[in-house]
Amino acid sequence: MTVKQISVFLENRYGQLHEITNILAQAGINLTALNIAETKDYGIVRILVDDVAKATDVLIGAGCVVSVNPVQVIAVPNKSGGLNDTLEKIADANIDIEYMYSTVDGVNGEAKLVFKVDKPELLEKTV
Amino acid sequence: MQNYFQKEIETMPREKLKSLQNEKFMKQIKHVWNDCPDYRRKMEASGVSLEDIKSIDDISKLPFLTKDDLREAYPYAMLAKPLSECVRIQSTSGTTGKRVIAYYTKHDIDLWDECCARALVAAGADKNDVVHVSYGFGLFTGGAGLNGGSHKLGCLTLPMSSGNTDRQLQFMTDLGSTILCCTPSYAAYLGESINERGLRDKIKLKAGIFGAEAWSEEMRKDIEKSLGIKAYDIYGLTEISGPGVSFECSEQTGMHINEDHFYAEIVDPDTLEVLPEGEEGELVFTSLDKEAFPVIRYRTKDICVLKKCECSCGRTFIKMVKPRGRSDDMLIIKGVNVFPSQIEAVLIEQGYQANYQIIVDRVNNSDTLDVNVEMTPDKFTDNLGEVAEMEKKLVSALKAMLGIYAKVHLVAPKSIVRSEGKAVRIIDNRKI
Ligand SMILES: [Zn+2]
Repeated sequence: MTVKQISVFLENRYGQLHEITNILAQAGINLTALNIAETKDYGIVRILVDDVAKATDVLIGAGCVVSVNPVQVIAVPNKSGGLNDTLEKIADANIDIEYMYSTVDGVNGEAKLVFKVDKPELLEKTV
Repeated sequence: MQNYFQKEIETMPREKLKSLQNEKFMKQIKHVWNDCPDYRRKMEASGVSLEDIKSIDDISKLPFLTKDDLREAYPYAMLAKPLSECVRIQSTSGTTGKRVIAYYTKHDIDLWDECCARALVAAGADKNDVVHVSYGFGLFTGGAGLNGGSHKLGCLTLPMSSGNTDRQLQFMTDLGSTILCCTPSYAAYLGESINERGLRDKIKLKAGIFGAEAWSEEMRKDIEKSLGIKAYDIYGLTEISGPGVSFECSEQTGMHINEDHFYAEIVDPDTLEVLPEGEEGELVFTSLDKEAFPVIRYRTKDICVLKKCECSCGRTFIKMVKPRGRSDDMLIIKGVNVFPSQIEAVLIEQGYQANYQIIVDRVNNSDTLDVNVEMTPDKFTDNLGEVAEMEKKLVSALKAMLGIYAKVHLVAPKSIVRSEGKAVRIIDNRKI
């Protein structure tokens, strides 16, 4: 499934991540996934939320630098070898994974994973 | 639309202008000789007496005046009129040592206002305009100068001073300001704020006059785009009078010097030899008509070129190109001359905001240069590799421009303090 992910620029400074979660909490927005990629000086927080338009608005309003882009959310069986099988199919289909992380809202013995890949349509067909 | 504030003077044939300068100069030099004992001593010390000065062509016999001379003169020494004749002081923003105090008689204020009124007209203003002055008011000459010029021209003048962005934007939209006067960094900040709040359609600005800071052509384009205006440069120094010593016309290929009030020379900053027209050197000014605080051959430390050529605007005043930077602003890092304006030009060219901070330090006897740059939405993606790649490109572009390595730090937007007067762009932590 294709969903919209919000990325936020983060300076490597004490309390920066909390500032962002605070802005979202004040607006009553629920986070369903969160991932951080960082260098020594700065990082990118990638999030999935229940209300993308509202979250983008409040973040920009608070002066954050924000970028919104599509990512794929894939359900993976939450059992031994579940992720391994999925990654094998992706590798066989020659799909390049730019990054991936997991969400917090897996249910019914399934884990939901977020993928950023070079061929999103193919990924949807493959798994 | 009005083309000139004082047509006869601004378009005077060069020959006639030269003789007007000569006449005024002879009066000015007699005035300092007779009424300012410090000047007289200075002239005598360099072996010149009034009799040696027969015309303005003898100006090169006179000693130079430096900022240090004026600092030492604190508070009254260089005064050439009794205090009872003076009506105002202004002062430089010196952070080290004594400030320079400039004194003005009514005549001097009048002359200064006239210069600023000429600049306003050259930027397309007439008495129907609403002039929004967001330069700082107080000892700083920016606010007082453009405020005075705007009065003189008969415009509705908004003495806003700087800061309080909400009020700036409210007055700008409610009163329909058409001309904005402030520092270029504050103009850029107001532009950002206007666009953020979606007020672009509600403002009526058509032109801006920006000075008191070095700024690049790239920054000009940026401001023009964000405010939807034509941006004009203005030049001046408190020591000489204030903003309006020179100003840009619609051609924007240099700033016309108000030559009926100020005589300009370019000298070699090392040998102090006067250089022929068209050569780059230090700009030196002599006032021609000041009462309280005349300056004779004042060294501005600005490095620039003078251009005597016909201008499409019809003004005959000589033009000075935008100074490459004040030698005051110039940093020497690892033995290399670095002007903040060079760094700014690279940032804008690479798509970053002109808001930056330069931090110079010395570690193990070697200079370090760090540049803090604000992240902007245009340069940001979800891909860390791409962001890091853009950062690398910026580092190599800076290296190509400056010749030395600068460490770039991407910081959160708006984390670099916006200037309300002059921007604090440079933090030099070296203890030299
Ligand atoms: Zn012109």
